[in-house]
Amino acid sequence: MPTVVLGSARDIVEAASVARFLFVDFPLGNPGGAPYDRPMQRDIAERAIRLLETATGPRTTVRAPHAWPGVPDWRTVYNRVRPEDAQALLEEGARRRARFAKMPAREL
Amino acid sequence: MDRDPAIDDAPIAYIPRTRAFYRALGYEGDYRWAQNADAPFAPLRKPLSEARLALIVTSFPPGDWSDDNPPKKAVWSCGVADAPADLYNRNLAWDKQSTHTRDRESYLPLLALQALAEAGAIGGLTESFHGVPTVYSHRETTEFDAPEILRRVVAEKADAALLVAL
Repeated sequence: MPTVVLGSARDIVEAASVARFLFVDFPLGNPGGAPYDRPMQRDIAERAIRLLETATGPRTTVRAPHAWPGVPDWRTVYNRVRPEDAQALLEEGARRRARFAKMPAREL
Repeated sequence: MDRDPAIDDAPIAYIPRTRAFYRALGYEGDYRWAQNADAPFAPLRKPLSEARLALIVTSFPPGDWSDDNPPKKAVWSCGVADAPADLYNRNLAWDKQSTHTRDRESYLPLLALQALAEAGAIGGLTESFHGVPTVYSHRETTEFDAPEILRRVVAEKADAALLVAL
């Protein structure tokens, strides 16, 4: 099956290796384009499907040219670990582990 | 608007960033992301303008879910014509500080693909789009979820598939 991946975590997708990858350098969550920007979304979708035809071999990455129209410092603040947040992060981790421990195992 | 290289930074290296974040959360043992030296590659066997495309997304179906009551991790499908206005993905690790997923089209580009079909860029979409769960286990993805997705897109005579990873 010819496949193309549309995503924003470049290093993760390239480590996994995929046939074709359109890389959209946006905050995780909107690889299809900025929210409510229909022209951008259509342009990104078109770039993704064109890769089905233009890529000649596996691990083809193309970077979409669009700029993130939102906050400019999103790369800096994403999952930032600051010394002053150490205790709050440990408490958040404890909450996550407690929640995860209560989840039923997946049925396969 | 094109990127301004003078302003933009390099792409985030998510693997080391996430590793450091989870260590700060107190997790013992780092997650091991999938590492493959190569990937299978299937060429498109017909012109793109004639190809039926299946859309796959990592989001979950809508529902009365919460952090303590998340949706079950399972492959799911939904008719393109019946696509809900919103899907559920609060339980996924997207950037909740800098953006949002209130616009479904920002991760499930059905309108964009339908417009491209109408313009003749692709032959059309398959009847359904599909959801694949993101799970920690590589084995569950490669042995259970991926084959199930493949079965469903082949059953709907897809010529190609687009996976959107939140």
